[in-house]
Parts: sequence; C-alpha cells; structure tokens
Amino acid sequence: MMLLEMAAQGFGDRVAFKNGEDSLTYQELFDAAGVAAGAIRESGREHVAMLDVSSLALPVGLFASAWSGAPYVPINYRLTESEINALLARVTPAYLVAGDDQAGVVDTTDRIQMMGRDAFLRMARTPGEPAELWSMDQDDVAVLLFTSGTTGTPKAAVLRHKHLVSYILGSVEFMSAAEEDAALVCVPPYHIAGISAVLSSVYSGRRVVQLPSFTAEAWIDLARREKVTNAFVVPTMLARIVDELEGAETAGMPHLRAISYGGGKMPLSVIERAMKLFPNTDFTNAYGLTETSSTISIFGPEDHRTAAASSDEAVRRRLVSVGQAMPSVEVEIRGEEGERLGPGERGEIYVRGEQVSGEYAGRGSSLDSDGWFPTRDAGSMDAEGYLFLEGRADDVIVRGGENMSPGEIEDVLLEHPAVADAAVVGIPDEQWGEGVAAAVVLKKGQSVAVTDLQAWVRKHMRSSRIPQVISFRDELPYNETGKLLRRVVKQELSS
Amino acid sequence: MADLKAGTRLKSTVCKTEVMVVAASESPYDLTCGGAPMVSSAEEAPEGGAVDSAHAEGTLLGKRYVNEAGELELLCIKPGDGSLAVDGVALGLKEAKALPSSD
Repeated sequence: MMLLEMAAQGFGDRVAFKNGEDSLTYQELFDAAGVAAGAIRESGREHVAMLDVSSLALPVGLFASAWSGAPYVPINYRLTESEINALLARVTPAYLVAGDDQAGVVDTTDRIQMMGRDAFLRMARTPGEPAELWSMDQDDVAVLLFTSGTTGTPKAAVLRHKHLVSYILGSVEFMSAAEEDAALVCVPPYHIAGISAVLSSVYSGRRVVQLPSFTAEAWIDLARREKVTNAFVVPTMLARIVDELEGAETAGMPHLRAISYGGGKMPLSVIERAMKLFPNTDFTNAYGLTETSSTISIFGPEDHRTAAASSDEAVRRRLVSVGQAMPSVEVEIRGEEGERLGPGERGEIYVRGEQVSGEYAGRGSSLDSDGWFPTRDAGSMDAEGYLFLEGRADDVIVRGGENMSPGEIEDVLLEHPAVADAAVVGIPDEQWGEGVAAAVVLKKGQSVAVTDLQAWVRKHMRSSRIPQVISFRDELPYNETGKLLRRVVKQELSS
Repeated sequence: MADLKAGTRLKSTVCKTEVMVVAASESPYDLTCGGAPMVSSAEEAPEGGAVDSAHAEGTLLGKRYVNEAGELELLCIKPGDGSLAVDGVALGLKEAKALPSSD
C-alpha cells in the first residue's frame, strides 16, 4: 500500500491501468482500493481471492486486500472446476472476486462471499469513505500464490510485504518512467510475474495496458495502438509474435524500448530473430521464482548485444543464460552434499536476499539457517557469474549411477542445424535403471535421421548421454507461461 | 536516539516528511528531520514545532537518503520542508541505479 500511496502522491493524475477503453488514474486506484478495503473488512473474511482474467479489478483487489489486511490470493482460472474449489476451500472464509466466465464453477458455500468483477469495480469506484488506515507491519502476509506444483497438491507460497517491498526497492526507481511510458502486461494475473508487473509499474509510474487473453495478433495490435514502451512476455509468446511478423523487415514499433522475458527457456533461434525484428528494442531476460518475489537475475540489453556480436563461443552462449544476480541478491551453485561449486560445475541453484521468502503456508520456511533458499532448479554459473539453467533438479536422469541433466543434452541437440526444439527425459530402463530419451521438433522443411542425431550427440558428449529413443514431434508441450511440461514428454516417451 | 530497523516508518514532528528505513546498522541513531527528532509513524506527533532553518532543504518523495558511512538508508514516502540529519550531519541523496526493467 505504501507503494501505491507514494504513486498517488507523486503522480495521481497519470493513468495507472487501462483495459480496453476503461482506465483508472493512480489517484482513482488509490481511492477505489480504500473503498473496497472497507467492504472487505466489513465482510470479516480472512482472504481476498481473485478468479478472473486481467481486468481493472486486479489492481483494485490487490491493493484493497493489502489495505484491509487480508492476504490476496489469485487463483488460476484455467484449472478444472474441482481443482479451483479445492484451492478456494484452503483460503476460506474468503471474499472472492470472480469474472463472469469463472463465477459459475464456484461451489456455493457461506464460507465464500462472491462478488462479480463488474459489481466489485462499481462498488469500489463509488465515492465513499475509505477504510481506516492499513497496518504498517511489514511482516504481514501480502500474497498467497499457489505454485504450479508438478506433483501432488499445489503449495501456497507466502509473500510478505517486506519481501515484495524489498524486491521493488531493489529493482525499480520511484517515478523513473516518463509520462507517456506504457507497459503491455499479458502474463496471467495468478502468476508471480503478473503481481510484480503491477507493483513495478505502479512504483515507476508507468501506465499498464492489460491484454487479458494473449494472441500474437492482439499483442501486436495493442502494442502499436497504445504506443507501448515496455513489455514482458514468456518465451512461447515471443515465439508466436516473431512467427506472426514473419517476412516483415522490422516489427514497425519504434516506440517499444524494452522487452523483457522469462518464465521458461528461450530458444536461441527465437531471441535471435526477435533482435532482428526489433532492432531498437532493449531485451532483458529475467529469471525468478514465485518464492523469490520474482526476478533474481538479469541478462540485460548490453549483455544481449555483446553476446550476439561476439565471435567467442563462450560469450555467445550467454544469449541462453539468465544473466547475473541482481545487486540485491546472492546466488550460488551447490552440489549434492551442499558444497559450493565452482565455475561451470552443474548443481542446484541457491539464492539469498531480502526479497526471498521461501515460505509455504502450513509448512513453514524452507530457508536454511543462513537464509539460503534451495530453488530446486539445476544450473551452472560461468566465471563471470552468468547463470545457466538446466531444468529442475528433480529432472536429473540417473543412468547406471551416473547423474546427467537433461539441459546439457538438449543444448547439444539444439545446436544441430535441423533441430528447432528438444526435450530430454529419463525413461525406465531395465539394464541402467534409467535411460535417455528425447522428443525433437525439426525446423520447417528439415529432415534428419535418428541415427544422425545420435551420432551428433556422440560427437559432442560422452556416449552415456546419447538418447536411446528419439521421437519427432510437431511441437513440445508447454504450459501457458512457457514452462516445458517435461512430465508429459516423459509419460509419452516411457510408454 | 532511536533503534532503526528495516521496514520501520518514521515521521517528522515539524513537517510532513515521512520515511521508511531501508537499511540500518544495529547501533541507535540520533535521527532528526527539520532539526527535531523523528518519531514512529504510529505515534502522535507533538504540535507546535517548527523547521529549524539550518535543516530546511526539504525532502523529496521517492528519493533515498544515506549517511556518509553508507549503512543507513531511508526512503522518503511523504515529502516535507525539513531535511534529514544524523548527529546533526545532513543525509545525502543516494544516486539512482540504472537497472533494466525486468517486468
């Protein structure tokens, strides 16, 4: 709330959020949050849940919940009806704001007070008395975010005000945006990137242009119409935007100063094409997790240009790195015994800093005694601190007692001129315990034999890394934020 | 003298300035704004005080102020007419970092 209060004081007349033709200035957003906070307090509910696509109700709900003191809980509307109700049951008694298309799936119970999005916004925008002042306690819980958990019940990551404020103060300067700056936000509101986009934009004073439902055509259209200056996309989105612009000399968006991306691994071919189509745009790769209040490392615009222009293979390879740790956090790679590893060695990524929560509701903190958070992401760091991701630590393939990360084999496959995308997984193997299998997408019009790809891997790696099964696909399964659904590939290749 | 902890909010007793502590060491500070000691934002401020003309440079919204040693950092969350000082020495403005936008 402190961030929004500062924004309303500093530039209250600026447009804060725009959705279609409707918009809210910073002062209007502040006032609406105050009125809605009163309604939430009056309801006596303990959480504010949001089940909706991006709309103006999103920032109002987020700040109203902070003002009222009830944690904000965005719910993934793409889940099944029973999954949605199971998550809601974990945060009752709840005040729920639901979109028209989502309200129907919610089970009726007096433990949930449901309000339609439009009715919520109407109520919040009706001039009235704001709620009594918010709590100043930085230890209060701001947001509960259900992680996408690949196995079992989703965990609820706990982010306190101190984590989110530390992240913003560590990464954004107050009012650093110019009056005409506009950020196109198309990430889902239940994703950490959706939360951090709201907070960063509010603190910097940018106008947020919301795109509730992503298509490449709609993104390009909106970016041009609103003269967007900043945008965040996940790799699959950028791939589709680049495809949509295929054949064009440039994207024709001179106003677009910066594109940042994250949420999954960016294929080298996509970022290289994007840099040609957007010659005047700064590209930034951001790596972060829900549990770390978003970004912890950055591969910035200068890094992109230096790497793209370099003839040094080690420098060029950094285009697929996630850059260096932000000044406000520390990152290190550790081995299986918890020992710190040196440059180039693969292990698990650990992170420490004030924005790092590492806490789950009902499970407590997963930080070690020195405050380090084990990300469960596998990776390595080069001598200059550039961080390379290698997939999840749980995805490690153990073949005959030898550990190998899918990422290193995928990188080799991706270097083959005919290969567009590749996913490597472990499959059950009678002799070795686990064997290596790969799903490969070929570039348009290319063909290559399985044996040729195996020979390619043999040329670059130890023979134990050669995929014993290679299967060709039209595309690989990704979730909506660009994360490879490795378990789906694993299931398909195991059967 | 006051113990300052990251996240603590303090206000001036002689102007509208309000700050949040971003970083501080454990030792207590003699922190003033407009020449008068600051108090916790939750406290009632005594009335009738005025800004000392020797500490009247003013504070700017969203700016960060640091002491010479660099271990104390305050964020101005409400601007006012008084200026910030520790042990009578004015705090300096911290220069903005240029980090690329990541979201």
